[in-house]
Amino acid sequence: MRKLDGRLVILSVLVLVLLGAGGLVSGGTYLSLFNLQSMATQVPEIGLLAIGVMLAMCAGNGGIDLSGIALANLAGVASGVVVTQFVSATEAPWLFTLAFAAGALVVGALGGLLNGIIIARLGITPILCTLGTQMLFTGLAVVVSDGRSVTIGSPDPMYELGNGVILGVPYSFLIFLAVALVLGAVLRFTPFGMRLMLTGANAKAADFSGFPKKTIFTVTYTLSGLLAGLSGVIIAARNVNVKWDYGTSYLLIAILIAVMAGVRPEGGYGRIVCVVLSAVVLQLLSSLLNFIGLSNFVRDFAWGALLLSFLAVGRFGLIESLAAAVTSARSPRASKG
Amino acid sequence: MTMTRSDPQTAARPGLAETFARRPELVSLCLLVVICVAVAVINPAFLSPGSLIDMGRASVVTGLFALGVFAILAAGGIDVSFTAIAALTMYALTLFVLNVAPGLPMAVILLIAVAGGTVLGAINGWLVHTLRVAALIVTIGTQYLFRGILLAFIGTVWLMELPPQMTAFGKASLLDFTTANGATVTLPWYFLTFPAAAVLTWLIFNRTLMGRAIFATGGNPEVAARLGYDQRTVHLFVFAFAGGLAGLAGIVHVCANRMANPFDLVGTEIGVIAAVVLGGARITGGTGSVFGTVTGVLLITVVNNVLVLVGIPSTWQRVVVGAFILLAAAFFVTRRRKLQPQIRKQAI
Repeated sequence: MRKLDGRLVILSVLVLVLLGAGGLVSGGTYLSLFNLQSMATQVPEIGLLAIGVMLAMCAGNGGIDLSGIALANLAGVASGVVVTQFVSATEAPWLFTLAFAAGALVVGALGGLLNGIIIARLGITPILCTLGTQMLFTGLAVVVSDGRSVTIGSPDPMYELGNGVILGVPYSFLIFLAVALVLGAVLRFTPFGMRLMLTGANAKAADFSGFPKKTIFTVTYTLSGLLAGLSGVIIAARNVNVKWDYGTSYLLIAILIAVMAGVRPEGGYGRIVCVVLSAVVLQLLSSLLNFIGLSNFVRDFAWGALLLSFLAVGRFGLIESLAAAVTSARSPRASKG
Repeated sequence: MTMTRSDPQTAARPGLAETFARRPELVSLCLLVVICVAVAVINPAFLSPGSLIDMGRASVVTGLFALGVFAILAAGGIDVSFTAIAALTMYALTLFVLNVAPGLPMAVILLIAVAGGTVLGAINGWLVHTLRVAALIVTIGTQYLFRGILLAFIGTVWLMELPPQMTAFGKASLLDFTTANGATVTLPWYFLTFPAAAVLTWLIFNRTLMGRAIFATGGNPEVAARLGYDQRTVHLFVFAFAGGLAGLAGIVHVCANRMANPFDLVGTEIGVIAAVVLGGARITGGTGSVFGTVTGVLLITVVNNVLVLVGIPSTWQRVVVGAFILLAAAFFVTRRRKLQPQIRKQAI
C-alpha cells in the first residue's frame, strides 16, 4: 500500500480550514457560488506558472524558471499586437481567439525552448539564464508594445474563456485542471517523467545510465514556457488588456506555491496534485485576507513569511514526522522505516 | 575549480585567449573601452564632463550594491533582497530622523544605515544557513518580507522634505566643473563611498583570512568545511556585509535624490547581479574580483546611459541588458570549457 503523503493531507486540511474560516469571518458570503467562482478564475494563471517552476525545479541542476511571468506577458503582448492587426475581433471572433491563443502558445514555447537550449546546450546555470531571459522577455514586451498596454478586446469566445462557467465551474479552471492531469500522468507514467525525476535526484547516475540529459532539460524548459504561454492567454482573456508589467509579484508566488507543495528545490521530487492544491490554498488565503480588509502590502509580507515558514517546515521535516506519528499511532508497525 | 586561478608554474606564458579565460573581467573591460570609444565617435557629447559626472553619480548606488552581491556570489550564494534592505533602511531611517531625532549628525545617520542593513543582512545569512535551501529562494522570501514590513507597517508616502543635514550631504561638492554653456556640474562627496567600499572589499578579499574562507566556501563548501572554515560565520559575514553596503546605498540614494520614495530601488536587482556577472564572478561561486565587479558596474552604467546618446530608444534598455547577461554568461562558459582540458594536461 502507498505511504500516506503527509503534504497532500496537510494541504487538503488547509483548504477545508480556510473555507471554514472564510465562511465564519464573512458570514457566508465567502462561500457563495459567486465568490467561489471568482476565486477559481484567479487560480489558473498563477497555477500554470507554478507548475512551470515545479518542472524546472524537478529537473535538478539548480533548476528554476524565473522567466515565467515575463514570458506570459510577452506571449500575450506579442500575440495581441500581431493578431489584432490581421484579424478583427468583432468580425471573426472565433478565428481571432484561436489565432491569439495559438500565437501566445507559440511565443511561450519558443521562449521556453530558448531557455532550454541555453541551459542544456551552453551549460549556463538556470538561475543566470532565466534571470537574463526574464529581462530579455520583459524588454521585448516593452519594445513590441512601446511600453503601453495592448487591448485584446473581448469577443465572445475570449470572454467565455476568461469568465464563463460550465456546470458552475469556470472554463479557465477546467483547463488548468486538465493540464495538471495530463502533466501529472506524463510525470508518473511515461519514460520522460521517470527520467526527469531521476535526473533531478542524481544527475551523475542519470548521466551514467545514458539518459539524454540535454533533451530532458530542453523539453522541460520548453514545457515550462508553453505553460507560461497558456497562462498569458488566460491573463488576456480575464483582463481584456495585456501589459508588460502585469503580475509583478507572480514570480514569488509561483515559487511559493511550488515550495508549499513540497517540491524539492534541489530536484527529483514534486507532485502536480500538491501544486494544484497549494495554488488553491494560496488563493483562498489571499481572498480571506481581502475579506478581512488588509492591504496588498500586508499580503506581500504574509507571502514572504509563509515562504520562509514552509522552507523551515521542509528543512526540519515537520510534516514527515507528523505523518509518521499519525500512522504509527494508528498501527505501531506501519511507522516510517 | 580553483585550478583556473593562475599558478606561476603552469601559467608561465599564457596566450591571449587563455588570459581572457582566466580573467574574464578583461573581456568586460575591453567591451567597456570599445563601447566608450564607439559612443564618443558617434556622439562626442558623451565625453563632456557633465555626462561623465552623471554616469559617475549613477554608478554609486549600483556599485555599492554590486560589491555586496559580489561577496555573496563568491561564497556560492545569491541575494535578491538587498534592494528591499536598502529601501527599508533608508525609508525607516529618514522617517526616524525627521520625526524623532532631527539634530542627528550625518556621520551617525550613515553609521545607523550601515548597522541597520547589516542586521537585516545577517537575518538573511542566518536563514540561508539554517534552512539549507538555495539562497535565491530564501532571499526572494525575505525580499517580500522586508518590503512588506516597509509598505504595510512603516509608510507608503513619499518624503519630499529631507532633514537638512541629509540634503547638505547630497549636495556637498568634491569637484566643480563649468561646462561650455556656463552651467556648473558637481561631483558630490558621496561619490567617494563607492571607491572606499571597493577598497574595503578588496582588503577583505585579499588581505584577510575571511576572504580566503569566502572563496574556499564558494569553490567547494564541503572541502572548505573540512579545512576548518566555519560555514556559519562565512554565510553570516557575506550576507551581513552585503546588507551593510545595501543600507549605505539606500541612504546615499535618498540624499542624492533629495527625497525618500519607499517604492524605489526594489526591481533593480537584476541589473546589479548582471553587473557582477559581467565582472567575471561565476554564479556558482568561488571566483570573481573587486576589479571585475567595478568594471561590470561601469559597463552596466554606461550601457544604461548611452543608449539614448546613440539614438536607441530607451525602451530597448532591458533587451540590451538581458542580451548582455546571456552573451557574457555564454562566452565565459564556452571559454572555460575550451580551457579546461589544457589545464588538466598541465596539472598532470
